[in-house]
Amino acid sequence: MKIKVGLGSCGIAAGGRKVLSTLQKEAKKHGLTVEIEETGCIGMCFFEPIVDIETDDGTYSYGFVNEEIAKDIIEKHVIDGEVLEDNIIYTSEKPAEYIAKQHKIALENCGIINPEKIEEYEEKGGYKGIEIALKEMTKERVIKEIKESGLRGRGGAGFPTWFKWDAALKSQGNQKYMVCNADEGDPGAFMDRSILEGDPHRLIEGMLIGGYAIGASEGIIYCRAEYPLAIERLEIAMDQARDKNYLGENILGTDFTFNLRIKKGAGAFVCGEETALIESLEGKRGMPRLKPPFPAQSGYWREPTNINNVETLANVPWIISKGAEAFASVGSEKSKGTKVFALSGKIKNGGLVEIPMGMTLREVIFDIGGGIKKDKKFKAVQMGGPSGGCIPAELLDTPVTYENINATGAIMGSGGMVVMDETTCMVDIAKFFLDFTCKESCGKCTYCRIGTKRMLEILERISEGKGKLEDLDELEQLGESIKDGSLCGLGQTAPNPVLTGLKYFRDEYEAHVVDKKCPAKKCTELLTYTINPENCVGCTLCAKNCPTDAISGKVKEVHKINQDLCIKCGNCYDVCKFDAVNVE
Amino acid sequence: MCDNCKIEEMEKNFKDENVDLDLIAPVIEKYGKSKGSLINVLQSIQDIYGYLPLSAMDYLADKTDNKRATIYGVATFYTQFRLNPIGKYLILQCQGTACHVNGSKEVSKAICEELDINPGETTEDGLFTVEDVACLGCCSLAPVMMINGEAYGNLTPGEAVKVIKDLRKEVEEGNTNEN
Repeated sequence: MKIKVGLGSCGIAAGGRKVLSTLQKEAKKHGLTVEIEETGCIGMCFFEPIVDIETDDGTYSYGFVNEEIAKDIIEKHVIDGEVLEDNIIYTSEKPAEYIAKQHKIALENCGIINPEKIEEYEEKGGYKGIEIALKEMTKERVIKEIKESGLRGRGGAGFPTWFKWDAALKSQGNQKYMVCNADEGDPGAFMDRSILEGDPHRLIEGMLIGGYAIGASEGIIYCRAEYPLAIERLEIAMDQARDKNYLGENILGTDFTFNLRIKKGAGAFVCGEETALIESLEGKRGMPRLKPPFPAQSGYWREPTNINNVETLANVPWIISKGAEAFASVGSEKSKGTKVFALSGKIKNGGLVEIPMGMTLREVIFDIGGGIKKDKKFKAVQMGGPSGGCIPAELLDTPVTYENINATGAIMGSGGMVVMDETTCMVDIAKFFLDFTCKESCGKCTYCRIGTKRMLEILERISEGKGKLEDLDELEQLGESIKDGSLCGLGQTAPNPVLTGLKYFRDEYEAHVVDKKCPAKKCTELLTYTINPENCVGCTLCAKNCPTDAISGKVKEVHKINQDLCIKCGNCYDVCKFDAVNVE
Repeated sequence: MCDNCKIEEMEKNFKDENVDLDLIAPVIEKYGKSKGSLINVLQSIQDIYGYLPLSAMDYLADKTDNKRATIYGVATFYTQFRLNPIGKYLILQCQGTACHVNGSKEVSKAICEELDINPGETTEDGLFTVEDVACLGCCSLAPVMMINGEAYGNLTPGEAVKVIKDLRKEVEEGNTNEN
């Protein structure tokens, strides 16, 4: 028997460490010798903390475990063999639907193995890919295999991975570099973190195979400093890999040498752009370079450099050990394999999902994600973060492939999928992303630096009810100009949230501008709070909670809001127990 | 020179005697001159002081080939670097997309009102610093804040304020116990 506790960042945030220590304490108290281990994130963040009990007759998973349940698990399940039915979320016999519909390649070990033990990775077939590549394949053969698999970059743009590798291999230089972009900056995406925390060896192996294919002897993982646990686990994994000669000189007895190090980022969204990332690696401000020359020709210290995203590299060992054909059999015609998404927002089952490409958005959001919180109405799903856009309800049957998602005006992106319901205002969400890109613009290109600011000002005006109809056209024109006038992906995609908003939710923008109303009741400046005399019983609760004394009325008499004093904080609406406060 | 530049005050900070430069001398000695190491060195300096004192950046410029302007330019480019000391408790308010959709603005407003400061500032008693961060990666627990490395999820404005009040109480009680 083995007990596993999910300790990704989400599990820890939900209290996983306390559960682990309770399990250990209780096991010790009862003199048990059962193995209690930590594992990464299985993706079901909404059930955390999760505890798995592996026995000879199957695996039992417990969700929402607290210290009390942990104690019961030891006393009842482990000692007496009595399953705590009420707390079981799924078993190996009856797997959760959330998992059953997924297809795991990149995440196959996350939440299954102990990320701090190299042996567990090896038992799952780990480091077989690099062995096959080194002993049975030429560099060109490895690249051909990746080409046949159809693997495309999972960081956002979907550029064919083999093409980059091939360019780097053919490029001449004194020293080539293999770089992993682990600077996951999209606010709302966390799949890379999960791989780094849950299966770090897989990334190392992916880097090794890529390094071999392009002829690089040095690798760098550029990781967000905001992911301390990921960095810690990577460091442990790298030490173990060095001890076993997977890293270092003459790897596995061949003449291939590969040294790997981690470089901590310092917090800048633009550093997810590859040339800005290179500048940052060199210790400078992360401002993009003009392309061409591309990094494959002139990258880190002007040497040939190849940069891939974490999820892309996590697919590589699988492709090499199981074959390109197996990978290409999953997915659609032009988008092969799987894609990991971070489901969040107004969704019931928020967490990480890995789906075969070609599945529709509806299946992902409703069948796997369980639909909308409190069964409200689905309004839109935001994909691609600040570079992407909102896809409306009528396009829910769009298959998730690079081509189909791009056609909507959003992008696949790194994998953030933020679900929105009727209470989310599309102007507000566009403002939110513009505010983000405006702050994160490095300032190099005038259009991106000043254009995003101007767009943000227009949006602010609209949400305050001071917008004009011409503003909408101006937003579109400015958006197109920013796309054309920016050097890197940040500026080229920054207008997307606004442009898709105007494309699919123009009536909502017009409601703000013409009727001075916010249909989602989010833009406070446009709201009016009134008291419905039929429902008001005169309990005085609203008046007591009003910070500006804008509500008057005697006990047991209908109250009234003085609109001149009202600051629209919404306190009265929140506290009223009789549904007597109206918002419009 | 206009009044806003406060150049004299800034110059004074370049030679702040309260900052013990001996603490960072070994780091600069070891890594200061290696190619491309500026960000790493600044990260080490911030680990030592909790922020980047101007006098430390000035010292770094003296000891390496980097210009003051280059160092200051890098220090102000990245959000991780702070130019002011932080309080005992560092509150990171997640402003990621999932948190935004689930009401992080209201939570943030309540926290800032309770502490009477804006994001990026520290309370006068030096207890709390509030900062906005792009995403803490705990999206399914949105809205989230993190205080000294510990995450608090599924917050409401009221709950966030309670956490802060509890922390303050803890400190006050700790102080009386010591007396």
